[in-house]
Amino acid sequence: MNKDSFIWWDWVGRHTTQIQSATFEHLRLTLIAVAVGFAISLVLSAVALRYRWTFTPIAGFAGLLYTIPSLALFAFLVPITGFNTLTSEIGLVSYTLAIFIRNIVAGVDSVPPDVVNAADGMGYRPIRRFVTVDMPLAAPAIVAALRIAMVTTVGLVTVTGLIGQGGYGAFIDSGLSRNFSTEIVVGGGLSVIMAIALDTLLVGVERIATPWTRARKRFA
Amino acid sequence: MIRAFLDYVSTSSNWSGTRGIGHRTIEHLRLSGASVLAAALIALPPAVWLGRSKRGGFLAQSIVNIGRAVPSLAILALLFPISLSYGFGLGFWPTFAALVILAVPPMFTNAYTGIRSVDPSIVEASRGMGMRPLEVLTRVEIPSGLALILTGVRIATLQVIATATLGAYVGFNGLGSFINEGFRQRDDAKLLTGAFAVALCALAVDLAFGVITRRAMPWRQPLPQHVLERN
Repeated sequence: MNKDSFIWWDWVGRHTTQIQSATFEHLRLTLIAVAVGFAISLVLSAVALRYRWTFTPIAGFAGLLYTIPSLALFAFLVPITGFNTLTSEIGLVSYTLAIFIRNIVAGVDSVPPDVVNAADGMGYRPIRRFVTVDMPLAAPAIVAALRIAMVTTVGLVTVTGLIGQGGYGAFIDSGLSRNFSTEIVVGGGLSVIMAIALDTLLVGVERIATPWTRARKRFA
Repeated sequence: MIRAFLDYVSTSSNWSGTRGIGHRTIEHLRLSGASVLAAALIALPPAVWLGRSKRGGFLAQSIVNIGRAVPSLAILALLFPISLSYGFGLGFWPTFAALVILAVPPMFTNAYTGIRSVDPSIVEASRGMGMRPLEVLTRVEIPSGLALILTGVRIATLQVIATATLGAYVGFNGLGSFINEGFRQRDDAKLLTGAFAVALCALAVDLAFGVITRRAMPWRQPLPQHVLERN
Protein backbone atom coordinates (compact mmCIF):
# COMPACT_ATOMS: atom_id res chain seq x y z
CA MET A 1 0.00 0.00 0.00
CA ASN A 2 1.56 3.32 -0.96
CA LYS A 3 0.56 6.86 -0.20
CA ASP A 4 -0.43 7.65 -3.79
CA SER A 5 -2.92 4.82 -3.91
CA PHE A 6 -6.28 6.12 -5.14
CA ILE A 7 -8.29 4.08 -2.71
CA TRP A 8 -7.17 2.45 0.51
CA TRP A 9 -9.37 -0.58 1.05
CA ASP A 10 -7.92 -0.69 4.50
CA TRP A 11 -9.64 2.62 5.30
CA VAL A 12 -12.92 1.32 3.86
CA GLY A 13 -12.71 -1.76 6.07
CA ARG A 14 -12.20 0.33 9.17
CA HIS A 15 -15.13 2.64 8.41
CA THR A 16 -17.99 0.28 7.59
CA THR A 17 -20.12 1.68 10.42
CA GLN A 18 -19.74 5.23 9.15
CA ILE A 19 -20.42 4.13 5.59
CA GLN A 20 -23.55 2.34 6.73
CA SER A 21 -24.92 5.34 8.61
CA ALA A 22 -24.02 7.66 5.71
CA THR A 23 -25.99 5.35 3.42
CA PHE A 24 -29.08 5.64 5.62
CA GLU A 25 -28.60 9.40 5.90
CA HIS A 26 -28.21 9.80 2.12
CA LEU A 27 -31.26 7.66 1.45
CA ARG A 28 -33.32 9.48 4.07
CA LEU A 29 -32.46 12.96 2.71
CA THR A 30 -33.22 11.78 -0.85
CA LEU A 31 -36.52 10.06 -0.11
CA ILE A 32 -37.87 12.90 2.06
CA ALA A 33 -37.00 15.45 -0.65
CA VAL A 34 -38.55 13.42 -3.46
CA ALA A 35 -41.69 12.59 -1.45
CA VAL A 36 -42.28 16.17 -0.27
CA GLY A 37 -41.43 17.55 -3.71
CA PHE A 38 -43.84 15.12 -5.33
CA ALA A 39 -46.67 16.00 -2.93
CA ILE A 40 -46.21 19.76 -3.45
CA SER A 41 -45.95 19.28 -7.22
CA LEU A 42 -49.10 17.19 -7.31
CA VAL A 43 -51.09 19.99 -5.68
CA LEU A 44 -49.49 22.70 -7.86
CA SER A 45 -50.03 20.62 -11.03
CA ALA A 46 -53.68 20.04 -10.13
CA VAL A 47 -54.10 23.80 -9.68
CA ALA A 48 -52.30 24.52 -12.96
CA LEU A 49 -54.45 21.99 -14.81
CA ARG A 50 -57.70 23.28 -13.32
CA TYR A 51 -56.91 26.98 -13.72
CA ARG A 52 -54.84 27.18 -16.89
CA TRP A 53 -53.67 30.75 -16.39
CA THR A 54 -51.74 29.70 -13.28
CA PHE A 55 -49.54 27.29 -15.27
CA THR A 56 -47.14 29.94 -16.59
CA PRO A 57 -46.43 31.54 -13.19
CA ILE A 58 -46.20 28.16 -11.41
CA ALA A 59 -43.89 26.61 -14.01
CA GLY A 60 -41.95 29.88 -14.22
CA PHE A 61 -41.34 29.97 -10.48
CA ALA A 62 -40.28 26.31 -10.38
CA GLY A 63 -37.98 26.96 -13.34
CA LEU A 64 -36.46 29.95 -11.57
CA LEU A 65 -35.67 27.85 -8.49
CA TYR A 66 -34.24 25.17 -10.75
CA THR A 67 -31.95 27.64 -12.50
CA ILE A 68 -30.31 28.86 -9.28
CA PRO A 69 -27.13 26.81 -8.68
CA SER A 70 -27.40 24.52 -5.67
CA LEU A 71 -24.57 25.99 -3.62
CA ALA A 72 -25.99 29.50 -4.12
CA LEU A 73 -29.42 28.34 -2.99
CA PHE A 74 -27.92 26.84 0.16
CA ALA A 75 -25.98 30.07 0.72
CA PHE A 76 -29.28 32.00 0.59
CA LEU A 77 -30.88 29.61 3.07
CA VAL A 78 -28.12 29.13 5.66
CA PRO A 79 -28.33 32.68 7.13
CA ILE A 80 -32.07 32.11 7.67
CA THR A 81 -32.41 28.45 8.62
CA GLY A 82 -28.85 27.52 9.68
CA PHE A 83 -26.67 24.47 8.98
CA ASN A 84 -29.29 21.74 9.35
CA THR A 85 -31.51 19.20 7.64
CA LEU A 86 -34.25 21.76 7.05
CA THR A 87 -31.91 23.85 4.89
CA SER A 88 -30.89 20.80 2.88
CA GLU A 89 -34.45 19.67 2.37
CA ILE A 90 -35.75 23.09 1.30
CA GLY A 91 -33.03 23.23 -1.34
CA LEU A 92 -33.48 19.63 -2.46
CA VAL A 93 -37.28 19.87 -2.62
CA SER A 94 -37.16 23.08 -4.63
CA TYR A 95 -35.14 21.36 -7.38
CA THR A 96 -37.65 18.52 -7.76
CA LEU A 97 -40.57 20.90 -8.39
CA ALA A 98 -39.63 21.90 -11.94
CA ILE A 99 -39.02 18.28 -12.93
CA PHE A 100 -42.31 17.02 -11.46
CA ILE A 101 -44.63 19.84 -12.49
CA ARG A 102 -43.59 19.82 -16.16
CA ASN A 103 -43.98 16.06 -16.43
CA ILE A 104 -47.22 15.73 -14.47
CA VAL A 105 -48.90 18.50 -16.46
CA ALA A 106 -47.58 17.13 -19.77
CA GLY A 107 -48.62 13.60 -18.76
CA VAL A 108 -52.17 14.57 -17.79
CA ASP A 109 -52.46 16.70 -20.92
CA SER A 110 -51.68 13.66 -23.03
CA VAL A 111 -54.62 11.68 -21.60
CA PRO A 112 -57.04 11.19 -24.53
CA PRO A 113 -60.03 13.56 -24.27
CA ASP A 114 -62.41 10.68 -25.10
CA VAL A 115 -61.42 8.91 -21.91
CA VAL A 116 -61.89 12.07 -19.88
CA ASN A 117 -65.31 12.68 -21.44
CA ALA A 118 -66.33 9.08 -20.80
CA ALA A 119 -65.35 9.44 -17.13
CA ASP A 120 -67.31 12.70 -16.91
CA GLY A 121 -70.30 11.01 -18.58
CA MET A 122 -70.15 8.21 -16.03
CA GLY A 123 -70.60 10.85 -13.36
CA TYR A 124 -67.04 11.01 -11.95
CA ARG A 125 -66.43 14.09 -9.87
CA PRO A 126 -63.33 16.13 -10.82
CA ILE A 127 -61.12 14.99 -7.92
CA ARG A 128 -62.06 11.33 -8.29
CA ARG A 129 -61.50 11.57 -12.04
CA PHE A 130 -58.08 13.17 -11.49
CA VAL A 131 -57.02 10.41 -9.07
CA THR A 132 -58.53 7.34 -10.75
CA VAL A 133 -58.42 8.24 -14.46
CA ASP A 134 -55.94 11.02 -15.23
CA MET A 135 -53.19 9.96 -12.84
CA PRO A 136 -52.93 6.27 -13.88
CA LEU A 137 -52.94 7.19 -17.57
CA ALA A 138 -50.25 9.79 -16.94
CA ALA A 139 -48.25 7.23 -14.94
CA PRO A 140 -45.47 6.65 -17.49
CA ALA A 141 -44.69 10.39 -17.65
CA ILE A 142 -44.88 10.66 -13.88
CA VAL A 143 -42.57 7.70 -13.31
CA ALA A 144 -40.14 9.21 -15.82
CA ALA A 145 -40.17 12.38 -13.71
CA LEU A 146 -39.71 10.34 -10.53
CA ARG A 147 -36.65 8.69 -12.03
CA ILE A 148 -35.07 11.98 -13.06
CA ALA A 149 -35.92 13.61 -9.72
CA MET A 150 -34.60 10.67 -7.73
CA VAL A 151 -31.28 10.42 -9.57
CA THR A 152 -30.79 14.20 -9.58
CA THR A 153 -31.53 14.41 -5.85
CA VAL A 154 -29.08 11.64 -4.98
CA GLY A 155 -26.40 13.71 -6.71
CA LEU A 156 -27.47 16.96 -5.07
CA VAL A 157 -27.45 15.42 -1.60
CA THR A 158 -23.66 15.19 -1.94
CA VAL A 159 -23.58 18.99 -2.27
CA THR A 160 -25.33 19.31 1.08
CA GLY A 161 -22.18 17.70 2.47
CA LEU A 162 -20.65 21.16 2.09
CA ILE A 163 -23.15 22.52 4.64
CA GLY A 164 -22.41 19.77 7.10
CA GLN A 165 -25.13 17.35 5.95
CA GLY A 166 -25.27 15.05 3.07
CA GLY A 167 -24.64 11.36 3.78
CA TYR A 168 -21.94 10.43 1.26
CA GLY A 169 -21.31 14.13 0.65
CA ALA A 170 -19.73 14.33 4.10
CA PHE A 171 -17.04 11.88 2.90
CA ILE A 172 -16.38 14.00 -0.19
CA ASP A 173 -16.20 17.17 1.90
CA SER A 174 -13.82 15.61 4.38
CA GLY A 175 -11.74 14.02 1.60
CA LEU A 176 -11.41 17.40 -0.10
CA SER A 177 -10.32 19.25 3.01
CA ARG A 178 -7.77 16.56 3.94
CA ASN A 179 -6.80 15.86 0.31
CA PHE A 180 -7.52 12.18 0.91
CA SER A 181 -8.77 10.54 -2.28
CA THR A 182 -10.12 7.37 -0.65
CA GLU A 183 -12.95 9.27 0.99
CA ILE A 184 -13.77 11.05 -2.26
CA VAL A 185 -13.84 7.80 -4.22
CA VAL A 186 -16.01 6.12 -1.58
CA GLY A 187 -18.46 9.05 -1.32
CA GLY A 188 -18.73 9.63 -5.07
CA GLY A 189 -18.79 5.95 -6.00
CA LEU A 190 -21.45 4.99 -3.50
CA SER A 191 -23.73 7.85 -4.52
CA VAL A 192 -23.48 6.71 -8.16
CA ILE A 193 -24.36 3.17 -7.06
CA MET A 194 -27.31 4.48 -5.05
CA ALA A 195 -28.55 6.53 -8.02
CA ILE A 196 -28.39 3.52 -10.33
CA ALA A 197 -30.04 1.23 -7.77
CA LEU A 198 -32.97 3.61 -7.17
CA ASP A 199 -33.37 4.20 -10.91
CA THR A 200 -33.50 0.45 -11.58
CA LEU A 201 -36.02 0.04 -8.77
CA LEU A 202 -38.28 2.68 -10.34
CA VAL A 203 -38.09 1.01 -13.74
CA GLY A 204 -39.37 -2.13 -12.01
CA VAL A 205 -42.13 -0.17 -10.27
CA GLU A 206 -43.20 1.29 -13.61
CA ARG A 207 -43.43 -2.14 -15.22
CA ILE A 208 -45.59 -3.43 -12.39
CA ALA A 209 -47.75 -0.31 -12.14
CA THR A 210 -48.50 0.08 -15.85
CA PRO A 211 -49.02 -3.43 -17.30
CA TRP A 212 -51.17 -2.00 -20.13
CA THR A 213 -48.26 -0.15 -21.75
CA ARG A 214 -46.46 -3.45 -22.31
CA ALA A 215 -49.61 -5.11 -23.66
CA ARG A 216 -49.97 -2.31 -26.17
CA LYS A 217 -46.36 -2.64 -27.30
CA ARG A 218 -46.73 -6.37 -27.77
CA PHE A 219 -49.65 -5.98 -30.18
CA ALA A 220 -48.34 -2.93 -31.97
CA MET B 1 -28.16 40.47 7.87
CA ILE B 2 -29.56 42.34 4.87
CA ARG B 3 -27.84 45.50 6.12
CA ALA B 4 -24.50 43.70 6.45
CA PHE B 5 -24.94 42.43 2.89
CA LEU B 6 -25.76 45.89 1.54
CA ASP B 7 -22.76 47.33 3.38
CA TYR B 8 -20.54 44.65 1.88
CA VAL B 9 -21.58 45.18 -1.72
CA SER B 10 -21.52 48.97 -1.40
CA THR B 11 -17.93 49.02 -0.13
CA SER B 12 -15.73 49.67 -3.13
CA SER B 13 -12.72 47.77 -1.72
CA ASN B 14 -14.81 44.58 -1.85
CA TRP B 15 -15.06 44.97 -5.62
CA SER B 16 -11.38 45.37 -6.44
CA GLY B 17 -8.36 43.09 -6.17
CA THR B 18 -8.05 39.39 -6.85
CA ARG B 19 -10.47 38.56 -4.03
CA GLY B 20 -12.97 41.19 -5.15
CA ILE B 21 -16.36 40.76 -6.75
CA GLY B 22 -15.17 42.05 -10.13
CA HIS B 23 -12.20 39.71 -10.52
CA ARG B 24 -14.10 36.67 -9.26
CA THR B 25 -17.05 37.31 -11.58
CA ILE B 26 -14.74 37.57 -14.58
CA GLU B 27 -12.85 34.42 -13.56
CA HIS B 28 -16.12 32.56 -13.07
CA LEU B 29 -17.44 33.51 -16.50
CA ARG B 30 -14.07 32.99 -18.21
CA LEU B 31 -13.77 29.45 -16.87
CA SER B 32 -17.42 28.67 -17.66
CA GLY B 33 -17.08 29.97 -21.20
CA ALA B 34 -13.85 28.07 -21.85
CA SER B 35 -15.37 24.83 -20.53
CA VAL B 36 -18.56 25.14 -22.56
CA LEU B 37 -16.54 25.86 -25.70
CA ALA B 38 -14.23 22.90 -25.15
CA ALA B 39 -17.15 20.60 -24.38
CA ALA B 40 -19.01 21.77 -27.50
CA LEU B 41 -15.98 21.00 -29.66
CA ILE B 42 -15.81 17.51 -28.14
CA ALA B 43 -19.53 16.72 -28.05
CA LEU B 44 -21.20 18.32 -31.06
CA PRO B 45 -19.30 16.93 -34.10
CA PRO B 46 -19.73 13.24 -33.11
CA ALA B 47 -23.33 13.92 -32.07
CA VAL B 48 -24.15 15.41 -35.47
CA TRP B 49 -22.29 12.65 -37.29
CA LEU B 50 -23.95 9.82 -35.35
CA GLY B 51 -27.34 11.55 -35.54
CA ARG B 52 -27.09 11.73 -39.34
CA SER B 53 -26.22 8.08 -39.68
CA LYS B 54 -28.93 7.25 -37.10
CA ARG B 55 -26.48 5.07 -35.26
CA GLY B 56 -25.42 5.10 -31.63
CA GLY B 57 -28.85 5.48 -30.02
CA PHE B 58 -27.86 3.14 -27.23
CA LEU B 59 -24.65 5.08 -26.69
CA ALA B 60 -26.60 8.35 -26.44
CA GLN B 61 -29.01 6.90 -23.91
CA SER B 62 -26.17 5.44 -21.83
CA ILE B 63 -24.33 8.75 -21.83
CA VAL B 64 -27.38 10.63 -20.58
CA ASN B 65 -28.01 8.05 -17.84
CA ILE B 66 -24.41 8.02 -16.66
CA GLY B 67 -24.16 11.80 -16.89
CA ARG B 68 -27.16 12.14 -14.62
CA ALA B 69 -26.05 9.54 -12.07
CA VAL B 70 -22.53 10.87 -11.47
CA PRO B 71 -22.72 13.80 -9.05
CA SER B 72 -20.82 16.86 -10.24
CA LEU B 73 -19.25 17.34 -6.82
CA ALA B 74 -17.84 13.81 -6.99
CA ILE B 75 -16.22 14.42 -10.40
CA LEU B 76 -14.80 17.70 -9.23
CA ALA B 77 -13.52 16.19 -6.01
CA LEU B 78 -11.99 13.19 -7.80
CA LEU B 79 -10.12 15.35 -10.27
CA PHE B 80 -8.57 17.32 -7.43
CA PRO B 81 -6.09 14.66 -6.23
CA ILE B 82 -5.46 13.60 -9.84
CA SER B 83 -4.66 17.16 -10.85
CA LEU B 84 -2.36 17.61 -7.87
CA SER B 85 -0.43 14.40 -8.48
CA TYR B 86 0.05 15.17 -12.18
CA GLY B 87 1.27 18.68 -11.47
CA PHE B 88 -1.71 20.68 -12.76
CA GLY B 89 -2.16 22.20 -9.33
CA LEU B 90 -5.39 23.35 -7.79
CA GLY B 91 -7.98 25.83 -8.93
CA PHE B 92 -8.42 26.37 -12.65
CA TRP B 93 -7.39 23.03 -14.22
CA PRO B 94 -9.21 20.49 -12.06
CA THR B 95 -12.34 22.65 -12.23
CA PHE B 96 -11.99 23.07 -16.00
CA ALA B 97 -11.63 19.32 -16.54
CA ALA B 98 -14.64 18.54 -14.33
CA LEU B 99 -16.78 21.14 -16.12
CA VAL B 100 -15.90 19.77 -19.55
CA ILE B 101 -16.75 16.23 -18.45
CA LEU B 102 -20.09 17.43 -17.06
CA ALA B 103 -21.02 19.55 -20.06
CA VAL B 104 -20.46 16.85 -22.69
CA PRO B 105 -23.43 14.50 -21.92
CA PRO B 106 -26.34 16.99 -22.19
CA MET B 107 -24.82 18.60 -25.29
CA PHE B 108 -24.17 15.28 -26.97
CA THR B 109 -27.55 13.69 -26.31
CA ASN B 110 -29.61 16.74 -27.22
CA ALA B 111 -27.69 17.40 -30.43
CA TYR B 112 -27.85 13.71 -31.31
CA THR B 113 -31.62 13.60 -30.77
CA GLY B 114 -32.06 16.88 -32.64
CA ILE B 115 -30.24 15.72 -35.76
CA ARG B 116 -31.57 12.17 -35.62
CA SER B 117 -35.20 13.29 -35.45
CA VAL B 118 -34.98 15.51 -38.53
CA ASP B 119 -37.78 14.40 -40.86
CA PRO B 120 -36.13 12.10 -43.45
CA SER B 121 -38.47 13.32 -46.18
CA ILE B 122 -37.03 16.84 -45.83
CA VAL B 123 -33.53 15.44 -46.23
CA GLU B 124 -34.66 13.44 -49.25
CA ALA B 125 -36.30 16.51 -50.76
CA SER B 126 -33.19 18.65 -50.35
CA ARG B 127 -31.07 15.92 -51.95
CA GLY B 128 -33.59 15.77 -54.77
CA MET B 129 -33.19 19.52 -55.23
CA GLY B 130 -29.54 18.84 -55.95
CA MET B 131 -27.98 19.96 -52.65
CA ARG B 132 -24.55 18.56 -51.92
CA PRO B 133 -24.15 16.56 -48.67
CA LEU B 134 -22.46 19.48 -46.91
CA GLU B 135 -25.28 21.81 -47.94
CA VAL B 136 -27.87 19.33 -46.69
CA LEU B 137 -26.05 19.30 -43.37
CA THR B 138 -25.58 23.05 -42.91
CA ARG B 139 -28.77 24.30 -44.52
CA VAL B 140 -31.29 21.61 -43.64
CA GLU B 141 -30.25 19.20 -40.91
CA ILE B 142 -28.53 21.58 -38.50
CA PRO B 143 -31.23 24.30 -38.71
CA SER B 144 -33.92 21.65 -38.20
CA GLY B 145 -32.18 20.22 -35.15
CA LEU B 146 -31.07 23.62 -33.85
CA ALA B 147 -33.76 23.87 -31.18
CA LEU B 148 -32.54 20.75 -29.40
CA ILE B 149 -28.88 21.54 -30.02
CA LEU B 150 -29.32 24.91 -28.30
CA THR B 151 -31.34 23.31 -25.50
CA GLY B 152 -28.39 21.00 -24.84
CA VAL B 153 -25.90 23.87 -24.83
CA ARG B 154 -28.17 25.83 -22.49
CA ILE B 155 -28.54 22.97 -20.00
CA ALA B 156 -24.79 22.33 -20.13
CA THR B 157 -23.94 26.01 -19.61
CA LEU B 158 -26.20 26.31 -16.56
CA GLN B 159 -24.70 23.19 -15.09
CA VAL B 160 -21.22 24.53 -15.75
CA ILE B 161 -21.97 27.81 -13.98
CA ALA B 162 -23.38 25.89 -11.01
CA THR B 163 -20.42 23.55 -10.77
CA ALA B 164 -17.86 26.32 -11.25
CA THR B 165 -19.32 27.60 -7.97
CA LEU B 166 -18.36 24.30 -6.33
CA GLY B 167 -14.87 24.84 -7.77
CA ALA B 168 -14.17 27.05 -4.75
CA TYR B 169 -13.67 23.82 -2.79
CA VAL B 170 -10.74 22.81 -5.01
CA GLY B 171 -9.20 26.26 -4.83
CA PHE B 172 -10.78 27.95 -7.85
CA ASN B 173 -11.05 31.67 -7.19
CA GLY B 174 -14.52 32.29 -8.67
CA LEU B 175 -17.81 33.43 -7.21
CA GLY B 176 -18.08 30.25 -5.16
CA SER B 177 -15.17 31.52 -3.07
CA PHE B 178 -17.49 34.07 -1.43
CA ILE B 179 -19.80 31.22 -0.42
CA ASN B 180 -16.96 28.98 0.76
CA GLU B 181 -15.47 31.83 2.85
CA GLY B 182 -18.92 32.81 4.05
CA PHE B 183 -19.56 29.31 5.40
CA ARG B 184 -16.16 29.04 7.04
CA GLN B 185 -16.14 32.51 8.59
CA ARG B 186 -19.88 32.46 9.39
CA ASP B 187 -20.09 35.70 7.39
CA ASP B 188 -23.64 36.19 6.10
CA ALA B 189 -22.68 39.23 4.03
CA LYS B 190 -20.16 37.19 2.02
CA LEU B 191 -22.61 34.31 1.72
CA LEU B 192 -25.33 36.52 0.31
CA THR B 193 -22.89 38.30 -2.01
CA GLY B 194 -21.82 34.97 -3.48
CA ALA B 195 -25.35 33.62 -3.64
CA PHE B 196 -26.72 36.70 -5.41
CA ALA B 197 -23.81 36.93 -7.83
CA VAL B 198 -24.02 33.26 -8.82
CA ALA B 199 -27.81 33.29 -9.07
CA LEU B 200 -27.74 36.46 -11.20
CA CYS B 201 -25.11 34.96 -13.53
CA ALA B 202 -27.19 31.82 -13.99
CA LEU B 203 -30.43 33.71 -14.57
CA ALA B 204 -28.77 36.18 -16.95
CA VAL B 205 -27.25 33.36 -19.00
CA ASP B 206 -30.59 31.55 -19.05
CA LEU B 207 -32.35 34.69 -20.28
CA ALA B 208 -29.63 35.28 -22.87
CA PHE B 209 -30.14 31.77 -24.20
CA GLY B 210 -33.86 32.45 -24.47
CA VAL B 211 -33.11 35.50 -26.63
CA ILE B 212 -30.49 33.66 -28.72
CA THR B 213 -32.89 30.78 -29.32
CA ARG B 214 -35.60 33.14 -30.53
CA ARG B 215 -33.19 35.08 -32.73
CA ALA B 216 -31.58 31.98 -34.19
CA MET B 217 -34.91 30.42 -35.06
CA PRO B 218 -37.36 33.14 -36.01
CA TRP B 219 -39.52 30.46 -37.62
CA ARG B 220 -40.51 28.76 -34.39
CA GLN B 221 -41.20 29.17 -30.71
CA PRO B 222 -38.44 27.90 -28.41
CA LEU B 223 -39.00 24.36 -27.22
CA PRO B 224 -39.62 23.68 -23.58
CA GLN B 225 -36.57 22.15 -21.93
CA HIS B 226 -37.17 18.44 -22.39
CA VAL B 227 -34.20 17.11 -20.58
CA LEU B 228 -33.63 18.61 -17.20
CA GLU B 229 -30.19 18.20 -15.77
CA ARG B 230 -28.69 19.83 -12.78
CA ASN B 231 -26.12 19.43 -10.06
